[in-house]
Amino acid sequence: MFEIFGLPSQALFGQLLLGLINGSFYALLSLGLAVIFGMLNIINFSHGAQYMMGAFTAYLLLQYAGIGYWESLVIAPIVVGATGILIERLFLQHLRQLDPLYGLLLTFGLALIIEGLFRNTYGSSGQPYQVPATLQGGRNLGFMFLPNYRAWVIVFSLTVCLATWFAIERTRLGSYLRAATENPVLVRAFGINVPRMVTLTYGFGVGLAALAGVMAAPIYNVSPQMGSDLIIVVFAVVVIGGMGSIMGAIVTGFALGLVEGLTKVFFPEASNTVIFVIMAIVLLIRPAGLFGRAA
Amino acid sequence: MTEGTLDTAAMLQRRETPRSLSVAFAVTVVLLVAAPFVVYPVFLMKALCFALFACAFNLLIGYVGLVSFGHALYFGWASYLAAHAAKVWALPPELAIIVGTATAAVLGFVAGGLAIRRQGIYFAMITLALAQMMYFFALQAKFTGGEDGIQGVPRGWLFGVFDLSQEMTMYLFVLIVTLAGFLFIYRIINSPFGEVLKAIRENEHRVISLGYKTERYKLVAFVLSATLAGLAGSMKALVFQLASLTDVHWSMSGEVVLMTLVGGLGTIFGPLVGAFAIVAMENYLAPFGQWVLVIQGVIFVICVLVFRRGIVGEIANMLRVQL
Repeated sequence: MFEIFGLPSQALFGQLLLGLINGSFYALLSLGLAVIFGMLNIINFSHGAQYMMGAFTAYLLLQYAGIGYWESLVIAPIVVGATGILIERLFLQHLRQLDPLYGLLLTFGLALIIEGLFRNTYGSSGQPYQVPATLQGGRNLGFMFLPNYRAWVIVFSLTVCLATWFAIERTRLGSYLRAATENPVLVRAFGINVPRMVTLTYGFGVGLAALAGVMAAPIYNVSPQMGSDLIIVVFAVVVIGGMGSIMGAIVTGFALGLVEGLTKVFFPEASNTVIFVIMAIVLLIRPAGLFGRAA
Repeated sequence: MTEGTLDTAAMLQRRETPRSLSVAFAVTVVLLVAAPFVVYPVFLMKALCFALFACAFNLLIGYVGLVSFGHALYFGWASYLAAHAAKVWALPPELAIIVGTATAAVLGFVAGGLAIRRQGIYFAMITLALAQMMYFFALQAKFTGGEDGIQGVPRGWLFGVFDLSQEMTMYLFVLIVTLAGFLFIYRIINSPFGEVLKAIRENEHRVISLGYKTERYKLVAFVLSATLAGLAGSMKALVFQLASLTDVHWSMSGEVVLMTLVGGLGTIFGPLVGAFAIVAMENYLAPFGQWVLVIQGVIFVICVLVFRRGIVGEIANMLRVQL
């Protein structure tokens, strides 16, 4: 145990760890937003609600079917991703010719519906979700206490982010995806089923949000409004990073989580607003975003 | 007569207000003057405040094509400052409203200046994020009263002559200010400045190439819209004698989008009709509690999928007039 800037190291590193955890959720969510934006050219406002659905799916599976965390980690993204596919087929595909504004409004409406339905059924208070048995406890690193579950969240979300980056930037499927983002008509002419790719992309992005939700369940309580405040912060993250680059979204997400954690240590009153302030500064200095291409 | 000749005819008489608009305005005034004898005045005042708020929002989304998802910032903060001015500084209502409105103008200048640095969908996200930031300030600042808000705001005497605690006097005041705001917006839209705004909506690059500094036009439009939203918020603080977190929350920004969408984006009377429709709906559905959220969401989805013109837009299309 020692002190840094007059603070016990436990407190400092504890907040930094929490910052990294938040950062991994920012990264996963902004990654999903960026992928969806690339293909569908809409901002998925229901992303936060879908993150919440992921957490609730895990909670309900445990409550009513006795299905634990590890299975939920696979099942919840698939289930929620499937509802995403349904949403794309039912609604979003009809908006493709219109101003992107309508996609934003539609997904905003969907977010209200989803949040409202969950609030009607489960109330506004949070439901606790246990950390899985294998990841309970933690280890003392000397300068801080590291709970096993939190270490797992950081490592796993980083892995998922990098795998997504690899899939999009380095594989054949990813090259189809990037090509379809640039010029969907030409890619269709090569015999690739672009509409199906769009649908699956949306399902995948939504699945990523749900995955983040499952991971968040044991850390925060599972509550209907857990997504709505988070999504606005993620929007700011996306503005800071710019949606042009997958790696940019990941790096920005983690970095901003860290900054937020640091702010919590040194200037706790500003911890809610620091990301928005950074967004304002970035807009002044680099309007296109840190990793964005100028329009 | 074909569409083309209609357009030319409309262009030739551009300086004149189309008769459909004059008639609609007269009907609106008559209805609103008669309404408090039939309907509860506080309900009407609430609807009028939201109508002005929605008209201000529509100026941006309907005529410049800028989607602000954070208009609660100007509405709510103006409401806080007006309430604070009336209660703590003991200013008369007209000055309290000016304080609130000026606050919104300054906030609009700062937030608008930042937001217009990015286009399209980013613009919506930036305005939303800045509004959320100011929501947290409102939550933490001392003078806003946190969760309680500013309660028991005195309505006072307008110009030292009219007692606003009289429900009908207050109603008339709100009605006159709202109609004045409405006519002001109409004037903006039909001014040379408004023509440039509409041109920016259609094709910004083209307008730039014609030598206009579009950023300045967008910023002025943004500040005007924020200011009028602030005027609406300041009045609401006096009507309800309350300023609270609800008015700065993102759901309020969503609500004004919904009102404008339901009434008809880019129509003159749409926001007015939409505000009355949504406020009435919330009034009647209040007993159902949380379902209001779900119903709002469903209305959003329906409007976007099959009803993009909104109520007024559909009527105008049916009657082939401008409304």
